[in-house]
Amino acid sequence: MSAIATLPTEIVRHDHVASRNAEQIALKVENLEARYGRGCSACHELTGPEHSTNVCGQCGTVIACADVSFAVRAGRTLGIVGESGSGKTTVLRCLYGDLNPAGGTASLMTYEEGRANLFTASAQVRRRVRNFDMGMVYQHARDGLNLRISAGGNVAERLLAAEWRRVDQIRARAGHLLERMEIPRSRMDTPPSAFSGGMQQRVQIARALANGPAVVLLDEMTSGLDVSVQAGVLDLVLELQRTEGVAMVVVSHDLGVIRLLCERTMVMKNGRVVESGLTDQILEDPRHPYTQLLVSSVNA
Amino acid sequence: MSVFTPQPITQGAAGQSSATALPLRVRNLHKTFTLHVLGGKHVPAFHDVSFDAPAGGFLGIAGASGSGKSSLLKCIFRTYLADSGSVTWNLTDGSEIDLVQATDDEVLDIRRDEIGYVSQFLRPMPRVTAIDLAARPLVERGMERAEARERIADLFARVRLPRDLWDGLPILFSGGEQQRVNLVRALAVAPRLLLLDEPTASLSPDLQAEVVTLIGEARDRGTTLVGVMHDTDLLNRLSDQVIVLDQGRRVA
Repeated sequence: MSAIATLPTEIVRHDHVASRNAEQIALKVENLEARYGRGCSACHELTGPEHSTNVCGQCGTVIACADVSFAVRAGRTLGIVGESGSGKTTVLRCLYGDLNPAGGTASLMTYEEGRANLFTASAQVRRRVRNFDMGMVYQHARDGLNLRISAGGNVAERLLAAEWRRVDQIRARAGHLLERMEIPRSRMDTPPSAFSGGMQQRVQIARALANGPAVVLLDEMTSGLDVSVQAGVLDLVLELQRTEGVAMVVVSHDLGVIRLLCERTMVMKNGRVVESGLTDQILEDPRHPYTQLLVSSVNA
Repeated sequence: MSVFTPQPITQGAAGQSSATALPLRVRNLHKTFTLHVLGGKHVPAFHDVSFDAPAGGFLGIAGASGSGKSSLLKCIFRTYLADSGSVTWNLTDGSEIDLVQATDDEVLDIRRDEIGYVSQFLRPMPRVTAIDLAARPLVERGMERAEARERIADLFARVRLPRDLWDGLPILFSGGEQQRVNLVRALAVAPRLLLLDEPTASLSPDLQAEVVTLIGEARDRGTTLVGVMHDTDLLNRLSDQVIVLDQGRRVA
């Protein structure tokens, strides 16, 4: 059993938290679309990899992503790769509620047993799902952390949002999570602004895990870290995959990270999914021209 | 019904159960690589290959370099996606699944539970020691880490991997040492099907003999083996049946 799973159980958990079945689909997304601009009837026709653009030539709307569909089982990790501007991060932001999608559905095993569309839920419900069932690690610590309050406070914030009420338990859990992320208790009261980049990312992971989420979204979490620090963060994520049984979606342009963390991979270009499959198949037998270019450009 | 109801693996791409005792049936399998980076060049791997692998037997695949042997194994394991044809696998519960059509999640389940693959080259995981790397498939199947390490230690001793390497990083190992880690990793879980791509290529004759013994033991436990080897003598000695590929076609 993981250390997190054996934490205080007297806390009343969210009603919707179902038992975690290894074969259950934790997250299912269908036809997700997000855009910047009003949109017109030609947007779909005039954007995508065939046109090498995500900007509609007729109305100037940016189709950040469209027709994005995938499902992730509990305990498995899906990677999303693609160049900058391909829509990878947009997908995560729509799921986490940072962005409002223009269309599509998202369902979570832990929310109405997957029968309801999260995208059309009320703001209050969305917030609740985000607070209880999801975790997010942003590329930049400043987006995911309040750099001025203590590291422990950053974790506690999420616990309070998930309706933890007892200060001693909140403090114990925050300290425990940070320790698991190799941040000593003696630094718990230090604000992350005084931390290195690698430490800040580890605080983000502790924060993302605080509420025992069913789905964790990780956006380029190791970009900008030097290789040895990356290694430490990646090892922690690997450990969590083994112990937590969460579904993860990992966005990265680093195929080495994808190979290490993800069993399945989806490739995006100009806001569309061009290919998806088992990660070893995507890397060794890529079929789409863009994937072939991506894979032949590096030795992952 | 909720979309989140767990789907038994036999639904989806699986068909009805078969009366035959053939765990693996490959039919009309075809694979061509289209290299867009090279202006859409077509590189044929193999064409219209069919064969059956009998339960608990060793099927050898012979042929010159570049005849498509390794690609065939990778298509069975789904590292390569076949263009057409079928790879029918008989699951433990008697139902069948076509590995060409199966969903990614189904293939991941089957890889975890039933099918192993040993390539010529070990793919080390960064910062993971030899013993933990080899023990990983056991742990993924639910064995306690200490017990898994014990089982791996026994096998490492049998393939005479020097003890001081067990907690070393395989990326620093010689080819023969890596190959033994790879083999032990696959053999330890006793998969129902084991795909072997040149499993003895980098080994000295005495180590080859030990590996051959281990492969024999796997077969005695009921593992079906499909193996590619350049060493024709060894292949003939191990195999119950040998098929021959020439330029991507089965010629014998």
